[in-house]
Amino acid sequence: MASTAEGDQDGVRRRDWIHIAALSTAGVGGASVLFPLVSQMAPTADTLAASTTDVDVSGIEPGQSIKATFRDQPLFVKRLTADEIAEAQAEDSADMRDPQTLADRLGEDNADILVNLGVCTHLGCVPLGAGEGEDKGEFGGYFCPCHGSHYDVAGRIRKGPAPTNLAVPEFEFASETVIRVG
Amino acid sequence: MSFAWAKQYEPKTPFTKWMDEKLPLPRLVYSAVGAGYPVPRNLNYMWNFGVLAGFCLVLQIVTGVVLAMHYASNTEVAFAQTEHIMRNVSYGWMMRYAHANGASFFFIVIYLHIFRGFYFSSYKAPREMIWLLGVVIFLLMMATAFMGYVLPWGQMSFWGAKVITGLFGAIPLVGETLQTWLVGGFAPNDSTLNRFFSLHFLLPFVIAGVVILHIWALHIPGSSNPTGVEVKKESDTVPFHPYYTSKDGFGLGVFLILFTFMVFFLPNTLGHPDNYIEANPLSTPAHIVPEWYFLPFYAILRAFTGDLALFGVTLVPAKLLGVIGMFGSILVWFFLPWLDKSPVRSGNYRPLFKKFFWFGLVPTMIILTICGGLPAEEPYVVLSQIATAYYFLHFLVILPIVSQIEIPKPLPFSITEAVLGKDDDGAAQPAE
Repeated sequence: MASTAEGDQDGVRRRDWIHIAALSTAGVGGASVLFPLVSQMAPTADTLAASTTDVDVSGIEPGQSIKATFRDQPLFVKRLTADEIAEAQAEDSADMRDPQTLADRLGEDNADILVNLGVCTHLGCVPLGAGEGEDKGEFGGYFCPCHGSHYDVAGRIRKGPAPTNLAVPEFEFASETVIRVG
Repeated sequence: MSFAWAKQYEPKTPFTKWMDEKLPLPRLVYSAVGAGYPVPRNLNYMWNFGVLAGFCLVLQIVTGVVLAMHYASNTEVAFAQTEHIMRNVSYGWMMRYAHANGASFFFIVIYLHIFRGFYFSSYKAPREMIWLLGVVIFLLMMATAFMGYVLPWGQMSFWGAKVITGLFGAIPLVGETLQTWLVGGFAPNDSTLNRFFSLHFLLPFVIAGVVILHIWALHIPGSSNPTGVEVKKESDTVPFHPYYTSKDGFGLGVFLILFTFMVFFLPNTLGHPDNYIEANPLSTPAHIVPEWYFLPFYAILRAFTGDLALFGVTLVPAKLLGVIGMFGSILVWFFLPWLDKSPVRSGNYRPLFKKFFWFGLVPTMIILTICGGLPAEEPYVVLSQIATAYYFLHFLVILPIVSQIEIPKPLPFSITEAVLGKDDDGAAQPAE
């Protein structure tokens, strides 16, 4: 019996199989608890659940912005004036870091409501420019005071360290006067 | 470990003999920081900062554990709870001010310790591992200090957390997912505060573990010294106890005078008034600055304002460049033992190296610290850019070249000769 326990022909032993099986089980078992351990740090269900925001835009006059909250982050909703639309369209072909036309940023069936996340794409500060009397930067849109990023009227990055335009979250008109973001 | 002439522990009482057999802890202490550890006899006060850093770590752990007994890591109450510690907890104000200023003093001590290493090339063989572990400790300290600053949940806490976690968003492809995972949401929230508290409690003990490795690695070749000449014989050394326990004790006294002065008379001088405003995710403070000890690295982060582009194609965007620059400015220290090829260790015997140290590296760090605390406006941006350029040139170009072309001054035969002016064993060395 000792010979079958220690091995048979070709030098293959029963113990080799036991080693492989035991280590594989331990390895797969260890790896499978790694996933929940990593995953627990992801946003919680209640954080993810608060993922749409309705904003009533009927009260926003041309040239006026309001600040709302979307996913714990500030949201700038602005009704552009005719001058601002003309200015933004005139600069559509200007040399930009993240080229986008005004039409790209407004979306379909939307003439003048500009929706931007109020989060500088550099390191996440809230840019100035949405509030009354705030510094709008060199391009008349938004200015981030943290590291000096300038955004134009359409929220496009024009100067400073930010890599991309202010994010335009997905949104639709839930009714004539209400937009649903998210 | 240690030198042949190191004295051995000899238990005298029955109890210590019994103890020595079961668990030779007294023996370990005796050989590590007692009379059984020979140390170069010529160490100056720059060699105090290792022990002082150890003291700071203990101070932070003791005050931190006490503060954790009264703190609550919930965004609803964290800010008020911090004020509760200040106003209601018996001596809470003292614990918190000691902890906050303790962090600053820990960094002052560690910066002096690191710059001692730069000047006396403490990173060179055979001490590379000590240096590498030291850089690891420094990185852990930065992470710990950053997360600790978030806990009071003031405006600087929140926006510091947002900006620093935003750094990870610069990593291509996975950046945004990684950032959301680190924060546990789309902006710092309750999950963020809780995990930062947990890690802020854990990391100091990880640091303590790496400190043990750091000291272990140190005790293999023994301490460096101001001449950079290795220990040759017993007359080059004195026992750690009582010589350096008393010298470190004096240094600790001076340290404590300065520290208690700050804690009791200028407790908020190194902090920011904005952090006494509760965190508001919808309003960024006009001028975000990190704590003073991060300013040089923050200045490097902000110095990269343009994309790296070739023929109009952006290869690396400015944001990622800044992040690479900031992390690179510390990671370059890991390569220092191999960048500086000079066989001479001490800056005292390296005339050219010494000039670049005092007129290059030191002013550069001062300029970066000042610029990091000022708004991102001209001329500070250009100044930071020049200083950043010099910083990397210093380590990557100047140090390797200087170590090749420099003619060092003659070294003393031994530490004994450097101290006494003569060494009977160094026959060719005439006494003055």
